[in-house]
Amino acid sequence: MADESLFEFLHMEIVSHIFNEQQSSKGEMDNKERAACISLLEAMGFRVGQGLIERLTRDTPSFKDELDIMKFICKDFWTKVFRRQVDNLRTNHQGTYVLQDNKFSLLTQFSGGKQYLDQAPKYLAFSCGVVRGALSNLGLESVVTAEVSIMPSCKFQVVIQKL
Amino acid sequence: MSRQSNRTTDSKKMNSELFTLTYGALVTQLCKDYENDEEVNKQLDKMGYNIGVRLIEDFLARSSIGRCQDFRETADVIAKVAFKMYLGITPSVTNWSPGGDEFSLILENNPLADFVELPDNHSALIYSNLLCGVLRGALEMVNSTLIFPVLKKT
Repeated sequence: MADESLFEFLHMEIVSHIFNEQQSSKGEMDNKERAACISLLEAMGFRVGQGLIERLTRDTPSFKDELDIMKFICKDFWTKVFRRQVDNLRTNHQGTYVLQDNKFSLLTQFSGGKQYLDQAPKYLAFSCGVVRGALSNLGLESVVTAEVSIMPSCKFQVVIQKL
Repeated sequence: MSRQSNRTTDSKKMNSELFTLTYGALVTQLCKDYENDEEVNKQLDKMGYNIGVRLIEDFLARSSIGRCQDFRETADVIAKVAFKMYLGITPSVTNWSPGGDEFSLILENNPLADFVELPDNHSALIYSNLLCGVLRGALEMVNSTLIFPVLKKT
């Protein structure tokens, strides 16, 4: 029954903790360390996504194909996790999907415009991991990246890895 | 911050799972980062504190609760309004000290620990220590200084 703001606060705290931890031990951060933080957050999200999707798909019929899974992610999963549906789903039918959310819940606290764009990646890494974890448990290995061109809208690119 | 007002209970439940699982991932990460459990407890408390100092504003804005007359009322508000609002549970307030400046909140079921099983080698870890920090931070912002919540496992 946790209120959603709790998650938002916790998420902010996790991000700042992970980054402070790196920073305090080595002073100024370079790109490599920043990438390490991002992948740490991503890994945490991955685990969470795996757990969530398992509980969410308990009573759903099995999926027809890849697109069916993606639709499920965009509608049900997104509503449950990020409290709204994905606004736009595009695909090239070759395993690349672009999910656009025009008001992504973890970015709504930022002021709009371009001022904090460089801060966006660290607040999106966790969510990328959540999506990747969910897909992974549905049998799709993928690479998920996020891109923000204007707050608070966000594009997630999902590239399915063909085995 | 805009919020959706008509949330279904189902999505609320899911959100709580998201929170619980995320918290679990955090504790796991902290256990990897630090060698001893005391250090993990300390970090959780610190993070909780940071959350608390911000959560109190959210709480006051939404609950429209006025000033508390005494500490007993504060305790009641924490248990019946704050815990209810954020975690959906109502802990019981007991063990008042004779001076009326100390009490216990007993959580019958702890939503933070829903899916949790602690391994034996983490006996000193106080899994939900974040809550202490949240309470400390939140209460400090409304001028109840010198509050040191201690979490005991049952």
